[in-house]
Amino acid sequence: MNVINQDAAIVASESVESAVEQAKPVMKPLKPLQRFKALFAAGPVKPGDAFGAPGQGKSTMISVVTSISLLLLWAVSTELGWIKPLFLPSPFDVVARFWEVATEGFANATLLEHTGWSMFRVFSAFALAMLTAIPIGIFMGVNRIARGLFDPIIEFYRPLPPLAYLPLVIIWLGIGEVSKVVLIYLAIFAPMALSARAGVKSVAIEQIHAAYSMGASRWQVTRHIIMKSALPEILTGMRIGIGFGWTTLVAAEMVAAQAGLGFMVLNAAEFLVTDVVIMGIVVIGIIAYLFDLLMRWLERKLVPWKGK
Amino acid sequence: MNRLQINDVSVIYPGMNGGEPVRALSDINFTIEPGEFVVALGASGCGKTTLLSLMAGFIQPSAGYLTLGEHDNVEGLPRVACGMDLNDQITGPGQDRGVVFQKHALLPWLNVVENTEFGLKLQGVSKAERHERAAHFLKLVGLEDFHQHPVYQLSGGMQQRVGIARALTNDPKMLLLDEPLGALDALTREVLQELLLDVWKETQKMMFFITHSVEEALFMASRLIIMSPRPGRITHEFKLDFNEKFLECRDARKVKSLPEFIEMREKVLAIIHGDEQEGGMH
Ligand SMILES: Nc1ncnc2c1ncn2[C@@H]1O[C@H](COP(=O)(O)OP(=O)(O)O)[C@@H](O)[C@H]1O
Ligand SMILES: [Mg+2]
Repeated sequence: MNVINQDAAIVASESVESAVEQAKPVMKPLKPLQRFKALFAAGPVKPGDAFGAPGQGKSTMISVVTSISLLLLWAVSTELGWIKPLFLPSPFDVVARFWEVATEGFANATLLEHTGWSMFRVFSAFALAMLTAIPIGIFMGVNRIARGLFDPIIEFYRPLPPLAYLPLVIIWLGIGEVSKVVLIYLAIFAPMALSARAGVKSVAIEQIHAAYSMGASRWQVTRHIIMKSALPEILTGMRIGIGFGWTTLVAAEMVAAQAGLGFMVLNAAEFLVTDVVIMGIVVIGIIAYLFDLLMRWLERKLVPWKGK
Repeated sequence: MNRLQINDVSVIYPGMNGGEPVRALSDINFTIEPGEFVVALGASGCGKTTLLSLMAGFIQPSAGYLTLGEHDNVEGLPRVACGMDLNDQITGPGQDRGVVFQKHALLPWLNVVENTEFGLKLQGVSKAERHERAAHFLKLVGLEDFHQHPVYQLSGGMQQRVGIARALTNDPKMLLLDEPLGALDALTREVLQELLLDVWKETQKMMFFITHSVEEALFMASRLIIMSPRPGRITHEFKLDFNEKFLECRDARKVKSLPEFIEMREKVLAIIHGDEQEGGMH
């Protein structure tokens, strides 16, 4: 039967892959200069890539070289004294400072404590947002009353910079831990809720109709079709949301914080300890990047069908 | 025996963006008899999908009503006088009508067998029974070796096989198929045409099948209806038996090159191209 043909097609595609692998060693060895150039070349259009698609080709090597050049420029310009350490300390100073703050601390707390506090604030706000924004977003997608209720609120405050409503949050909630978490939470909430809502809207109507024709109830359709189908967009919303969280961290730690990476950076800036400022920025960047990697891994695990 | 009856049905869509309302279907009267394979053929926009959506219960008619059940409707009499059970009226989607779409209807987070038994799971059927019934229909569509495959990795033809098995597993009274083979390549398409006829013979279900392809329509139909747009109506109706001929001789090419088949094909093509202007029912 035809299935066997289809099956054969799958087997055939595997054998094509192995044929490509076998074909590789046949290529002529490159001269050193050619090999160097090849690192930066777009590379031939691989099977599965579209010829002429915008931005087609590899860019990894170019990024690596850019990063290394910038680091080198930084090291050279500061070591040779082109720029005063007050404006830009050398990378070695920053590394030394990193070690110092990690072991002895800065502003009455070690680096680990600063990091711990900031992560506590960002991640508790993130967890709160997940518990509220995702259900509300889904609810907005499936229920017109919920949409009518939440739409004006979210659409009004979403474009506001968190610094604009920070004073109000402080007046209402005081200067304690709560107001910091709430400020970050608000920044995360809007993009996460809107993504969940967009996810609901993106469900194929055929899937919903098919489910009803198999005897599904409204609730079953929401639970088994809509919530599953919205998952890719919900995960994207979580990635965007946590990004907003880190962006808002420094603003949240401006007021009456005793520790935290944002507080550390602000405090260091006040005393013109520029190397701590840079070190703080780099640490925030690395943590945010690592979390993003984690989210992308989660995406591959949870929604392998995305884009297929 | 169950039959599906469409009684004086019209559908008027409200005009989009303040435009004129669209009369998608006008005064349709039509019955699908038990075990019949009905194929609807017509240019795009003539109301085929609208008709199928009515049968599936995704939309409600602007006038008239549809019933699916064992009662007979005597023309011209109100249905209460015909002793028709009100419960037979189609008021929404239900598991007595399985639907197969052109695409996008499988659930990519479930594998082949999970997709197939999805309806049974919703109804709380026990795991063992679910598996048994899903396995039976997966075998019928030739997917017995693909139970654990993720559906998004399957070819289009195999995805449609899953769609057919899934609709059958619910044991509906009829199958509604909206251009199920429309997105497939010519070879796969012919294989699935034969498969659908085998499924039809095996299960004896009523089928309502929409297609653009004249050859496909003639090959599959026990009864062919040809529709025309503005307003959407059924203009021609033919009783055919090429599907029976195929099920006897199992040679699709031979059936499709019979002189009667070719003659019929030319006739239908002429109708569709508007060469035959008389209209009305044949
Ligand atoms: N939801 C809708 N709102 C307004 N007009 C519609 C809608 N669905 C279909 N139509 C119109 O009704 C007519 C019949 O559509 P359809 O049943 O999809 O035709 P077919 O499936 O034969 O191509 C078309 O003119 C189409 O534009
Ligand atoms: Mg259509």
